[in-house]
Amino acid sequence: MIRADGRTLALVALVLAVAACLPLTGSAYWLSLGISIAMYTVLTTSWALFSGPTHYISLATAAFFGVGSYTTGIGIEYLPYWALPPIAGVLGAVMAALVGLATLRLSGVYFVIFTLGLAELVRQVIIWFQNISGQKGIYVLTKITEAQIFWQLLGLAALVYAAGWAIGRSRLGFALRIIGDDEEVARHSGINTARAKVALFMVSGAAAAVVGAVLAPRFVYIEPSTAFTPMLSFQVVIMALLGGTGRLWGPLVGVIPFTFLWEAISASFPNQTTLLLGVSFLVIVYLLPRGFVGLIEGTRRRMRAREAFA
Amino acid sequence: MKRRTLLNTTVALTLSAALAGPALAQETLKIGAVGPKTGPLAGGAAVTHWPNIELWSTEVNERGGIDVDGTKYMVEIIEYDDQTNPSETISAVTRLATQDEADFILAPYSTGLNLAAAPIFDRFGYPQVTSTASTDRVGELSDQFPNLFFLLGQNSEIVGDAVEILTELREAGDIGNRVAMVNVADAFGIELAASAKPIFEEAGFELVYETSYPLGTPDLSPVMKSAKDSEPDAFVAWSYPPDTFGLTEQAVIEELDVGVFYTAVATAFPAYKQRFGAAAEGVMGIGGVNAESESFQDYAARHMEVTGQAPDYWASGMMYASLQILEQAITGAGTIDRDTVTQYIKDNSFDTVMGTIEFDENNNNPAYWTVGQWQGDAFRGVASTGREGAVDPILKDGWE
Repeated sequence: MIRADGRTLALVALVLAVAACLPLTGSAYWLSLGISIAMYTVLTTSWALFSGPTHYISLATAAFFGVGSYTTGIGIEYLPYWALPPIAGVLGAVMAALVGLATLRLSGVYFVIFTLGLAELVRQVIIWFQNISGQKGIYVLTKITEAQIFWQLLGLAALVYAAGWAIGRSRLGFALRIIGDDEEVARHSGINTARAKVALFMVSGAAAAVVGAVLAPRFVYIEPSTAFTPMLSFQVVIMALLGGTGRLWGPLVGVIPFTFLWEAISASFPNQTTLLLGVSFLVIVYLLPRGFVGLIEGTRRRMRAREAFA
Repeated sequence: MKRRTLLNTTVALTLSAALAGPALAQETLKIGAVGPKTGPLAGGAAVTHWPNIELWSTEVNERGGIDVDGTKYMVEIIEYDDQTNPSETISAVTRLATQDEADFILAPYSTGLNLAAAPIFDRFGYPQVTSTASTDRVGELSDQFPNLFFLLGQNSEIVGDAVEILTELREAGDIGNRVAMVNVADAFGIELAASAKPIFEEAGFELVYETSYPLGTPDLSPVMKSAKDSEPDAFVAWSYPPDTFGLTEQAVIEELDVGVFYTAVATAFPAYKQRFGAAAEGVMGIGGVNAESESFQDYAARHMEVTGQAPDYWASGMMYASLQILEQAITGAGTIDRDTVTQYIKDNSFDTVMGTIEFDENNNNPAYWTVGQWQGDAFRGVASTGREGAVDPILKDGWE
């Protein structure tokens, strides 16, 4: 078991090291795709850490992401850049804790609706504040390059994987799996279900806020309508489900094909992106109901079964 | 056998086409175009951004292409939809620069999307002549992105000139001192209202009614009723397209009796005149053109003919001017080397449908229309920062 873990760890380190070399190829195009992949990897994996075991569908990614963007946008005037992503992470975690305490006692559809409203709520608060102060967009003029943004996201991905790995082996992870199977049973076995859920929700909120903070310099100009776009929350859910949430690496195998599919659609059919995206979703849902994880593991099982017969 | 013959013929035809191809083919410039076709800004881009690109590329190719040192280059437009999402704008511009190897890339649409793309334009050395971006940090931005040019003008001037017009009318004894001011609680509206308030007060106006309303408010009648109750002499709204129409509708219903009625964005749209007809007479807003100038009239006619819709009287002309500037700079520089073309844009003045345009040391166009007014069938410029052909403002006289 320990040896298997060691091998996985070495493999992950190798993959990250290879990925980190991407900017050295000098191709801006691949780097820009790499940033998309790294960004969605962090967002979907941290999303799946919470939503995977608990089956609570959170649509709050955009809210945390936007809070992170604004942390950098406002903070850059007063603090050095490197201090901002950690602050964003703390703010994201605090916000997740507050939201979690208020809503995670609710279940199912109530939680989904509340998280969807959260991004809009935060956006309206910021607009209200701007309306009072009379300030419009926020400028983030820095010398941070795309490569530096990519490396930061990659580092963050490593952190999220490490956190996921640790949680999966802890009492908390075990508790969450029980909650996901049957919350009633979990409660009767003495698990503080609310606390377990809030703790995980904080991890996923913090990660999304840090991503927002790291990406803010890339956009140069931050405004509420783009920082809190609800589309982001949906894309994260879709990519995570395409990959499959049962495994830590599940979302990654959703993000990579999705990013290439999206790029191919945007490049070849600029006038029909939304239409083709919808068609792709239908195909995915019909052909891959359990995501790529289900497909891969199903194939593996079948191969093993064939070996057994042979 | 028959099949074989057919196949042979096809092969022969294809071969001859392939061989003849290069001889017939003309030199082509690949021009990248990015903008919203979907998302919140798709409507605005469909009025201002895309039709001008269609018009310009059609015209250039009809007249045989862009002249570069004696060779004619046809233009081929490669379009991408950025879905009003800055991440997509960045991806699309990167794709144009690296995969499509575009010779030039047209500036995207709106302030946010242009600024998101600015680092990519800068990195690959493409000139970015924006016509729909407005910012109060021109100096800082042109330091960081030396290829970034601004045509549309600055908010502070747009607001300042509007107050100036009101002051002139007051001094002529046409209107009194009472102003009702409202704004849409969103980006541009917030900024304009914030900078207008102190200027109004400094000019000695009394703000008798002041409020803001959220973007997308379906019923603006409470706003207009309260404004009317405050008995203003002038009504000023820092508004967006939907509420510009909504507020005007309510003003007609309430028969708001003011000497000046000002709504900001979209007042200059031809659709405004179509919607309100005679009631639009005397309404002021952002923008304006020299409607008497031959080059603008000619442009408006061609716009109608090629795209089937009329240009608006604010950013449309500027968008087309940005394309003219790019074309004239390529021809003037006599090369498609982008650095040389960018330098040419900085050093020269350009003859456009909006008049002569020359950038200042911050790559900013200092001369633009700030206030326009519906007079007759055109939205005529009444104030500018140095454009010719301004007409005198008239008083708003009822809604019929």
